Amino acid sequence: MDWVLFVTQLLNGLQLGVLLFLLASGLTLIFGIMDFVNLAHGSLYMIGAYFCGTFTDITDSFLYGIILAIPATAVVGVIVEIIIIRRLYSQNHLDHVLATFGLILCFDALVHFAWGPEGMAIPLPAILDGQIEIFPDIVFPTFRLLIITTGLTLAIILYLVITRTRSGMLIRAGASNRTMIGALGIDIKTLFTLVFGAGAAMAGLAGMMISPITEASIGMGNDIIIVAFVVIIIGGIGSVKGAFIAAILVGFIDTMGRSFLDTFLKLLLTAESAETAAPALSAMLIYILMATILIFRPQGLFPPRGR
Amino acid sequence: MLLATAGMLAIGPAVAADKVKIGFVTTITTPAGVIGKDMVDAVNLAVKDIGGKMGGLEVDLIIEDDGFKPAIGKQKTDKLVKQNNVDFVAGFIWSHVLLASQKSALDAGKFLISSNAGPSQIAGKLCHKNFFSTSWQNDQTPMAMGQLLNQKGLKSLYIMAPNYAAGKDMSAGVERVFKGKIVGKDLTKWGKGAQLDFSAELAKAKASGAEGIFVFYPGKAGGAFIKQYAQAGLQGKIPLYSVFTVDSIALPKLQKAKMNGVMGSMMTQFWAPDLDNAQNKKFVSGFKKAYGRYPSFYAAQSYDTIFLIKSAVEAVNGNLSDMNGMRAAMKKANFPSVRGKFSYGNNHFPIQNFYSREVVSDADGVWTTAVRKVVLENHQDTYAKNCKM
Repeated sequence: MDWVLFVTQLLNGLQLGVLLFLLASGLTLIFGIMDFVNLAHGSLYMIGAYFCGTFTDITDSFLYGIILAIPATAVVGVIVEIIIIRRLYSQNHLDHVLATFGLILCFDALVHFAWGPEGMAIPLPAILDGQIEIFPDIVFPTFRLLIITTGLTLAIILYLVITRTRSGMLIRAGASNRTMIGALGIDIKTLFTLVFGAGAAMAGLAGMMISPITEASIGMGNDIIIVAFVVIIIGGIGSVKGAFIAAILVGFIDTMGRSFLDTFLKLLLTAESAETAAPALSAMLIYILMATILIFRPQGLFPPRGR
Repeated sequence: MLLATAGMLAIGPAVAADKVKIGFVTTITTPAGVIGKDMVDAVNLAVKDIGGKMGGLEVDLIIEDDGFKPAIGKQKTDKLVKQNNVDFVAGFIWSHVLLASQKSALDAGKFLISSNAGPSQIAGKLCHKNFFSTSWQNDQTPMAMGQLLNQKGLKSLYIMAPNYAAGKDMSAGVERVFKGKIVGKDLTKWGKGAQLDFSAELAKAKASGAEGIFVFYPGKAGGAFIKQYAQAGLQGKIPLYSVFTVDSIALPKLQKAKMNGVMGSMMTQFWAPDLDNAQNKKFVSGFKKAYGRYPSFYAAQSYDTIFLIKSAVEAVNGNLSDMNGMRAAMKKANFPSVRGKFSYGNNHFPIQNFYSREVVSDADGVWTTAVRKVVLENHQDTYAKNCKM
């Protein structure tokens, strides 16, 4: 085994993992606390990316772009919650799915209208655009390292907020038993709006982190939202800790599958069938993991207490 | 009312023939709509450049959107043939859309002109007397790439392409001609939920120690790949060779994102904006003047489409019922093409040169591609022999 390659792939897996975490943490809270299935979470990821691109263009700085785009995405989240989502909490899951699917179409059309069909490249400052030698021989893109650091820092902040603050306590209580905290006189409406806004901001941040690597494009969130759902199901719906561990796990499995599966398959199959089977199989790995976990632990790895 | 009807009846055939109706099917919506826009812009420019007339007839252009879906492409072709009763059906970016739609146009006795897609089936067994291409057969461009790699003396190559029909074809095309060793190959997820983050694959390519990396990533995946190739620091370590990935649609975005990694990368193609002939100069400068950007190869092929049709209509002096006359005229490829002089093979695909191109910065600092040399001369596709025509 080539250790340089292996460690590089571990870092790549970690980077994918923290990105998924940024998306999944908001999704799991919205699902866990409000019992709301939000397919349009990926649209906020897209909106974040486009905002960041526009602000980066205007200010000519990626940093300012992000600083401005995060609150802007949160505001969009809050507005959507107040105007649309709030009316849907009392409906059943199928209505949630239908309504938020409609939202996806609206968001995609709005972005097409505002920014055109081409997609948007986001330039990085030269300092982030190069590579860094982390360990001897292990050279890693600087920006991907920044994604890892940002994601881990945010995970720690989120952990502190949820375990050490009053709002965190309410969030945990909401995830365990939402009827009860309403009955205790907590202003549940405001709590829901805040959680939705924070979830939007984190999804948006994930979009801002990925778009300098790929680009901001219409429908970019629809591709990744499915994986985010897999993450929260594996982690246990409503648990931020579960979302973190599951996201890292999914990131590793996906990256390792793409890296080494074809080598393993070549031991068993002909080169040609291994080449064709490996990408299909590595794309399936995370779903196989989810199915396995659903069989043995349907509530997920770390479900919130009291369920 | 009665008079009007009688009048229409009397001049019926004359009314039908005072216009050349051209239906143009391309992709306007979805992120791929940016390709369709380039093609439509080129077609409109071509119609303007010929003064809106062919052989004394006015040109009536009907643009349809296939939505990147074969079923919709076929519906739109049916509509053009039955409702609009067009004389020519043209366009088609995607091989699968063309394959689904070709029967509708050809069975109705219309001319079908592909402005991009070149699936092996239509070049071979399914070839048809009323089908013409102004592009190429899918395999030719990667075969030229394999030849270029041989000429450069590369010993080892890493291949990356999307895991679908065209991705496999492109990779097979290179492998068929390339004489060195393929040290690694990744077919990545494509279609819905296509993979756009290539971190794991690039790390493998780097570890493989290949002397070059060959990629085929059309559309938005191309830009994403090139950025990550540069961010991973592979430029200068593993030179980049591509087909249908770095084009005039991707380059402005790459330049905006300051992706210098793409500079100097090589590709093969039948055409380039700086190809030296009068028609191409007129086309490129006209396109840049009208739209403020370089045309892509999709645009070049679409521009040629209109001139091919014009040559047919003029050969029969606007008598659109003379199908044989128009077919014979088109077979001669007797029109000013942006690729220069070429001829048609038995399957009505061009027999043409393929060039190596390099990404350069032009006199105004705008990134574009420049022709380097002829890699395959007067090349005919390999499926022509399966065509019994």
